[in-house]
Amino acid sequence: MSDTTAGQVLTTKDGKPLKAALARALRREKLRSLALIAPLLIFVLLTFVAPIVDMLFRSVENSIVEDTLPRTVVALREWDPASGQVPDEEVFAALYGDLVVAVEEKKHTRLGSRLNYEESGISSLFRKTGRRVNRMDEAGPFKEQFIDADDKWDEIGTWQVLRQFSPPYTDGYFLNAFDAQRTADGIELKPEDERIYMLLFGRTLFLSIVITVSCLLLGYPIAFLLAALPLRSSNLLMILVLLPFWTSLLVRTSAWKVLLQQQGVINDFLVWTGLISDASRLVMINNQTGTIIAMTHILLPFMILPLYSVMKTISPTYVRAAKSLGANDWTAFWRVYFPQSVPGIGAGAVLVFILSIGYYITPELVGGTSGIFISNRIAYHISSSLNWGLAAALGTLLLVAVMVLFVVYDKIVGIDNVKLG
Amino acid sequence: MSALPPYASPLQRTWYYSFRVICGLIFFFLIFPILVILPLSFNAQDFFTFTKEMLALNPAGYSFKHYQDFFTNPDWQQALTNSVMIAPVATLLATSFGTIAAVGLSQSHVPYKPAIMAVLISPMIVPLIISAAGMYFFYSRIGLQGTYWGVVLAHAALGTPFVIITVTATLVGFDRSLVRASASLGANPVTTFFKVQMPLIVPGVVSGALFAFITSFDEVVVVLFLGSAGQKTLPWQMFTGLREQISPTILAVASLMVAISIVLLTVLEMLRRRSERLRGLTPG
Repeated sequence: MSDTTAGQVLTTKDGKPLKAALARALRREKLRSLALIAPLLIFVLLTFVAPIVDMLFRSVENSIVEDTLPRTVVALREWDPASGQVPDEEVFAALYGDLVVAVEEKKHTRLGSRLNYEESGISSLFRKTGRRVNRMDEAGPFKEQFIDADDKWDEIGTWQVLRQFSPPYTDGYFLNAFDAQRTADGIELKPEDERIYMLLFGRTLFLSIVITVSCLLLGYPIAFLLAALPLRSSNLLMILVLLPFWTSLLVRTSAWKVLLQQQGVINDFLVWTGLISDASRLVMINNQTGTIIAMTHILLPFMILPLYSVMKTISPTYVRAAKSLGANDWTAFWRVYFPQSVPGIGAGAVLVFILSIGYYITPELVGGTSGIFISNRIAYHISSSLNWGLAAALGTLLLVAVMVLFVVYDKIVGIDNVKLG
Repeated sequence: MSALPPYASPLQRTWYYSFRVICGLIFFFLIFPILVILPLSFNAQDFFTFTKEMLALNPAGYSFKHYQDFFTNPDWQQALTNSVMIAPVATLLATSFGTIAAVGLSQSHVPYKPAIMAVLISPMIVPLIISAAGMYFFYSRIGLQGTYWGVVLAHAALGTPFVIITVTATLVGFDRSLVRASASLGANPVTTFFKVQMPLIVPGVVSGALFAFITSFDEVVVVLFLGSAGQKTLPWQMFTGLREQISPTILAVASLMVAISIVLLTVLEMLRRRSERLRGLTPG
């Protein structure tokens, strides 16, 4: 430090410049706080952030073609798909060389099922050819032998798929997630009866909006009542909100399953009162109604709690002042009270929406087929169809949606103001 | 919405009472599904609805057989054991890492605080299905998929945001001069932490731990993907039970879990009161 403009440098007791000593103290404090945070940060980065990044990577990763058929991929670069002819002998020879190795390592079926996501039939093509490849004449010519093994090798479409998916990265999964496909004329939407993901995204969005609105309609009066009542009685009523909040999600879902069934409590009650006949029991489960009712119940506390904490800060004097100036009850509420409660509505609505858009368990159990969300499809692709790339692409899209919503939430509430219970 | 004034018009009176009725109905909607499973779990039949005997309050309509099934059926017992093995370890990990980090975060000069906070809170925000998918892919790469530690680590990661939030909330009201006073009296930082800071933030730590515990104890999506048959937890068993062979034992388990949540809720409420009392005493 050569700060001599002041004429005299302030120093600490041991003769160091004060500024430097302060900077050092500050740096030490920063390092100390970082050292305290570091263990958790590393822990979360390794156990949580790395998996998410891995998923993002998986949604575009496609090295399997290049790994399994390295020579074919190189040879195919020369081939022009626009020529209208299947590749020449050289490519078939490379394919033979690759397949012999792949069959030995039993990798060709995995490649087959990977490419089958792009065009059905390729899986069986690879399995069939895999059985034949060891019996082929090593001297060639290979083209005839391959076409003899399966006619599909004589189709340009097969080679186009192979060539299109030979680079190590692909946008194929994302195109699939958007219900699009790459054809000879570029990217276009799939035939209408095959567009399932946009429909599912749309339904997830629609049901989440319905659930958010019903949570708001049911939550607003409750929060209003809790904020207006004296503390003693509101604390007591608060238990009725907190008990569901703390009860296991599966317990609440099973309760709804019990209540909504056709032989369940609500239907039994309605039949007993004579409102409906025994033959016309209501179907309230395994459809959208089931999902909406159960999820509104499950997410309602997440709407009430932020609303309540905002309404608690609204001073009753404003409403009193409005009334003393001649406003009737409705005007006083709508023009004075309601605008002040809007931040609470924003916070609660975004929170409920974020939670509902990624819900899995409840739609799976009470949603049937018409009440399921995009997350159920992701789970299906992970555990049943094993199309992990597509699951990752759908997950990435959902993650982006949630992140955008979360930025909105951060703007309304602030990430530091998240409160629990 | 306080008491109705004596000069209220008939319209106001009607609205006043109908508003209370509406609120009563919503409270009923909130609490009824939870309460209804309690009597149903004592059903002597394998039905999910009230039998005639039950409605007539005939003792023959009630029995403990579903509870008995829960405590004797090896599947349920194994699930209970697994839950009890996983949740406390995950809670311990989440609470110890989370508390230390929260102390670090509450210092006055933390570089890159918003970015760090975003990373640490992210397990709470990312939808569970995405966390589960990512962890499934990643943990199977490194051989943790289907292992006890895989599930424990995943649950610990999911629980940490709750610990961070609750402990940071108690630290906001913490008087830093107490630390300086302790240091000036010759205590080293570790002693200061355990003797001065810890007793004051204990309510936050315990409620954070409860949140972390319930997160792990209740969690089903991640364990469904990450676990193998050896890690089948109670919620997992309930999930398969609800999806496949729906058995009334689920209602007995659900009732027991409601009892657990009532205990947790009571503990939390007591902690909150204690924390408020303590903060009322601390100066400044």
